[in-house]
Amino acid sequence: MLAVQILIDGFAISALYALGALGFTLIFGVSGVLNLAHGAILVTSAMVAWYVGTDSGGGAFTGAAAGVAAGVVTAFLTYGLVVRPIQRSKAIPAVERELFVLTGTLLWGVMLQIGLADIFTSTPITVEQLVTGTINIFGVRTATNEVFIAVVSWAVLGALWLLVNRTPAGRRLLAASINPRALTLVGVELDHVHLLAWGIYGLIAGIAGVLLGSFLGTSSAYIPALTGTAFAIVVLGGLGSVSGTVIAAYVVGYLETLTAYLVSPSWRAVPALLLLLAVLYFRPQGILGRR
Amino acid sequence: MKKQLIIAVIVLAVVGIVPLTGVSDYITGVLTMICFYAVFAMSWDLLFGYAGEVNFGPSFLIGVGAYGAGLADANYGLPVVVCIAIGTLAAVVGGLLLAIPALRLRGPYFGLITLVAVLLLQDMIEIFAGTTGGEIGLSVPDVLAVSATVNFYYAFALMVAAGGFLLLVANSPFGLILQASGQDPVEAQALGFNIVKYKVVAFGISAFFSGLAGAMLVFYLGTASVSAMVDVAVGIQVIIAAVLGGRRTIIGPVLGAAFLVGAGEVLRPAGQMSGFIVAALALGVIMLVPDGLLGMVRGRRA
Repeated sequence: MLAVQILIDGFAISALYALGALGFTLIFGVSGVLNLAHGAILVTSAMVAWYVGTDSGGGAFTGAAAGVAAGVVTAFLTYGLVVRPIQRSKAIPAVERELFVLTGTLLWGVMLQIGLADIFTSTPITVEQLVTGTINIFGVRTATNEVFIAVVSWAVLGALWLLVNRTPAGRRLLAASINPRALTLVGVELDHVHLLAWGIYGLIAGIAGVLLGSFLGTSSAYIPALTGTAFAIVVLGGLGSVSGTVIAAYVVGYLETLTAYLVSPSWRAVPALLLLLAVLYFRPQGILGRR
Repeated sequence: MKKQLIIAVIVLAVVGIVPLTGVSDYITGVLTMICFYAVFAMSWDLLFGYAGEVNFGPSFLIGVGAYGAGLADANYGLPVVVCIAIGTLAAVVGGLLLAIPALRLRGPYFGLITLVAVLLLQDMIEIFAGTTGGEIGLSVPDVLAVSATVNFYYAFALMVAAGGFLLLVANSPFGLILQASGQDPVEAQALGFNIVKYKVVAFGISAFFSGLAGAMLVFYLGTASVSAMVDVAVGIQVIIAAVLGGRRTIIGPVLGAAFLVGAGEVLRPAGQMSGFIVAALALGVIMLVPDGLLGMVRGRRA
C-alpha cells in the first residue's frame, strides 16, 4: 500500500516539478538567461492567487486566473526592468553580461521576496484547490487535486511541445535557441521572439506557482529553495534540454517522496542535492545535455 | 593606484581612531560589523571581480567557519584561537571539496554548486538541531573580548590584514592571470596557463578569509545562527556590498560594506522594507554604474 502511495504522490509532485522547472529551461534555451528570480515568480503567482481567491473571497477560479496573470506580468517586468536593460547596457562589458544578469535577477528576486512578505504575508499560505474531494486509486485514497495537478502539468508540457514543433512561432523559438543570428538574417525580429518566450515563460510559471500553492502551500521564505530546486532539476537534466528536465524532475520528485516517506520529512531535500553534486562530479552535462 | 592607496590608508587611520574618541558602544559595534562584512565582501570580490565566477554561497563558507568554531568551543571547550583555526580550516577544506569539480567546468555550474551548498548546510543544521542548536542557534561560552573597543580592533586588524593580502594577490602576476582567466579563458589557456589551478587557489584564499571572519564573528556575537551566518540572505548582503562598492577593486567592497551596514542601521525604522530598498539600490547601481561607488568616484576624477 505504501508503495502505491509513494508511486502516486511521487508522480504528482514530479509532474509539478517538471512544470516548475520547464519555464526556467525555456528561457535559458531561447535567450541564454538563467533567471534567478524564478522562485520569486512562482511564489508571486501563488500569493496573488491566495490573496484574490481566499483572502478577499474571490473564489478558487478567479484566484487561479489572477495568479496566472500575475505570473505573466511579473515575467514581463523581470525581462523589461532587469534582463533587457542589462543585456543592452553599454557600460557592462560583453564578457561580464552573464554575471550581471545572474546578479541582477538575484537582486530582483530578493526585492520580490521582501515585497511579497510586506504586501501580503510572511506566514505560509495555501491556495484554495480548484477541485476538491478524494478518489480511490488501487486502494489508496488520493486527493483529486493531486490527479488534477498531474493532468494539468502534462497538458501544459504537451501544449508546449505542440507549440514548439507544430507552429511557426514555436519554430522561431527553437531557431532562436539554436542560431539567433541566422534567424535575424531571414528577417525575424529577435525582440519579438524574446517577448514571446518571456510571455510563455510567465504563463507556465504562473500555472506552476498556483498549483504549487494549492498542493504544498508556499511562503515568501521558500523562494531561495524553490529557485535552487528548479536550477538543480534543470542542470541535472542538462541545461536547455526540455525532455532532460522532465526526466530529472521525476528523478528528483521520486527521490524526495521516497525520502520523506521512508526516512523523515526533514531529510526530504538532502538526497536530491547530493545527487546533483555527484552528477556535477561525474557527468556535468546532465542526463540529456550536450557539451 | 598609488593615490587610491594613500587615500585608503588615510581613511583607515581615521576610522581606526574613532573608537578611541569616546563614541558610544553602539557606533563601535556598527563599525565592527562593517569590518566583518568588508572581509566577506573583499573575499567574494576576488572570485567575482577577478576570476569571473559568481559564488552564491559566501554564506556557506562563513557558516562552515562559524559553526566549525562554535561547535569546537561549545562541545570541547578548546581555546578560542584553536576554535577559530578549526573553523577556518573547515571552511577551506569544505569549500574546496565542493568547488573543485565545479571550477573545472565552464558555465553557471559553479554558481549552482555554491547555491546548493548553502541549502544543504542549512538543512543539515536543522536536521542535527540537537548538536547545532537548529533554528535557535548555538551559543558559545567564550567571547573575543568583553570591551566593545577591543572587539573592534580585532575586527579592524582582520580587515586590514585581509585587505592588504587580497590587494597584494590581486595586483600580483597571479592576480593578472586570474583576471585573464575570468575575461578570456580560451586565450589564457592558449598562453599556457592552467586556469583551473588559478581559480582553485583564488577560491581557497576566498574561503580562508570568509571562514576566518565567520569564525571570529561567532565569538563576537556569542552565538552561531542560521539567520546571521548561513541564510541565503546573508550571502546576498555580501554580494550587494561587493557589487555596490565596485567589483574588481578589493577596496570598493569595503565601501560597499560600510554603505550596506550603515544603510541597514539608518533604515531600521523601515522594518523589512529596508532590505527591499537596499536591494533596489544595488540593482540600480549595477544597471546604471556597473563599476559601483568606487567606479563613480574614479570616473569623475578621470
